[in-house]
Amino acid sequence: MRKLEFLLALALAGAMIAAAIAAPWLRFVLTIALAKGIAVMGILLLLRAGQVSFGHALYIAFGAYTVAFLAPRLNDAVLLLVVAAGGAALLGLVIGLFVTRYRQIFFGMLNLAMCMVFYSLLEKLYHITKGSDGIRVEIMPVAGQALDRIAYEWTIFGIALALAFALGALLRLYLVSPMGEALKGIKTRETRLEFMGVPARGVLLAAYVVSAGVGGIGGALIAMTSRHVTPLLSYWTASGELVFIAILGGAGGVLGPFLGAAAYELIRVYAAASFADAWQMILGTALLLVILFAPGGLWGMAARAIGGRSR
Amino acid sequence: MSEALLRASGLHLAFGGVRAADGIDLDVMRGEFLAIIGPNGAGKTTFINMTTGYLKPHAGEIAYEGRRITGLSPRAIVRLGIARSFQLPQLFLEHTVEQNVALAVASREGIWSPLVPLLRPGYREEARDILDRFGLSAIADTRADALNEGARKLADIAMAVALKPRLLLMDEPTSGVAASEKMAIVETLVTVLRDAKVTAVFVEHDMDVVERFADRVAVWSQGRIAALGPPAEVLADPAVQREVIGIERHAATPEAPHA
Ligand SMILES: Nc1ncnc2c1ncn2[C@@H]1O[C@H](COP(=O)(O)OP(=O)(O)O)[C@@H](O)[C@H]1O
Ligand SMILES: [Mg+2]
Repeated sequence: MRKLEFLLALALAGAMIAAAIAAPWLRFVLTIALAKGIAVMGILLLLRAGQVSFGHALYIAFGAYTVAFLAPRLNDAVLLLVVAAGGAALLGLVIGLFVTRYRQIFFGMLNLAMCMVFYSLLEKLYHITKGSDGIRVEIMPVAGQALDRIAYEWTIFGIALALAFALGALLRLYLVSPMGEALKGIKTRETRLEFMGVPARGVLLAAYVVSAGVGGIGGALIAMTSRHVTPLLSYWTASGELVFIAILGGAGGVLGPFLGAAAYELIRVYAAASFADAWQMILGTALLLVILFAPGGLWGMAARAIGGRSR
Repeated sequence: MSEALLRASGLHLAFGGVRAADGIDLDVMRGEFLAIIGPNGAGKTTFINMTTGYLKPHAGEIAYEGRRITGLSPRAIVRLGIARSFQLPQLFLEHTVEQNVALAVASREGIWSPLVPLLRPGYREEARDILDRFGLSAIADTRADALNEGARKLADIAMAVALKPRLLLMDEPTSGVAASEKMAIVETLVTVLRDAKVTAVFVEHDMDVVERFADRVAVWSQGRIAALGPPAEVLADPAVQREVIGIERHAATPEAPHA
């Protein structure tokens, strides 16, 4: 199963690269999908604890605006990714100290509230954020290398793919580590953790900080790819989208977020092109079908198809 | 044996009008097995809840190894070496039995390693070893939510034992365990605890178990300790027999009420 999962990841990466070569606009779509997949890994982590955040677009927006604000001064994609990740994780620590006191609907809604506060700030503080016009992000050097547009886009795509692999591998380790298993224990028997001397809130907070950090990375990649950030990144629908992708892809394995994100972006692009106003309906129907017939999501289906069991 | 490991004095706790603890004074001696008996609602679980930090007494205090622990969190109390098992087993339902125990093993050292598997060689072997001693090896890979009541109970106790406590409080360890397996299981449990020099307090409804394994027995009644002493004496007391054991014997072994 481990090996099959890795092979499936390689196959998925191969298909993405082939598609990106075949059509430049797909390269754009797939870079966004990878960025969202990275952010959705954070949602998956929280789902392990049985908690759903309806506000994680906050960290995406934070990462994206970090890039937009700092690009003039800190003009390098690699540096900006590191700063966006660290900044988002730090913000996650501050907010997490508060929201990890709550569970279930309260946890979900408090995250949503934080996200909406951030949205309003981005929208209202026009002299800093340029409000709903947003901020343009110029093509920037990567690791000291100045690049032309095509090379830059390929490089960001490559970085997104490499990060997806690296972070996915780390997340896989995390999930079966004592910290990851304790996180899962929060879902079924949080009080027992306390009676074993384990601070359940600390376990959730650690996961929350990680989820914020990967959100920041996803946001930074989105800013570098779309090269334009707006407050809509932090709008509540953007948070809902992350949960949507997590469920569509399946929360059982680290490939889920990427299967989900790729499917989501592709359906959205194709449906939007073919059926103009009906794409939300098509996406909604897709999610409905998944929930009804494949509760393990696309990853669950894939795992069953390759003959293993999803975990 | 003569030194008190745990000393509870003047514990009071009421829920509305119900006095769940109404002046509990009790010394638990180092190394002893102390049984707690008494009818339902007498306050036995409440005593365990107060000792493990889950409930705070309204008055009185509990000292462990001479140190006041009243008001400490369950987490802090576990770290001092007091573990408990539950009347209703508290397992991580989406984990296997082995993972449940391994989590307990891991939590002794803090669980803060994000990149090494829980089922690493050291933890796994220790968990397997504990499961072995509890006779749970065959179901090590079964998810906790698929276990029968008896197995849940045992796994619950195994988790508490995996914490390597010096004082273990067990809330009705044999309820839910099939009568045919009960004695063998208690035998194993007692061996495990004696080997590890664990002091044990256990709430028990089966007087045969109490007679055979307890060094002393405390009789709980309406939030008070009605009698305390060696099982042979206490269980022979007519008042105790009338108020507690009559009922208990009936419940435990209906076919032999006078045994
Ligand atoms: N958390 C609680 N809230 C309200 N009442 C409680 C609580 N815990 C116990 N009680 C009450 O206190 C009394 C003693 O309960 P308990 O300690 O569980 O008894 P036992 O374990 O001896 O059967 C009972 O009347 C019970 O209903
Ligand atoms: Mg009880």
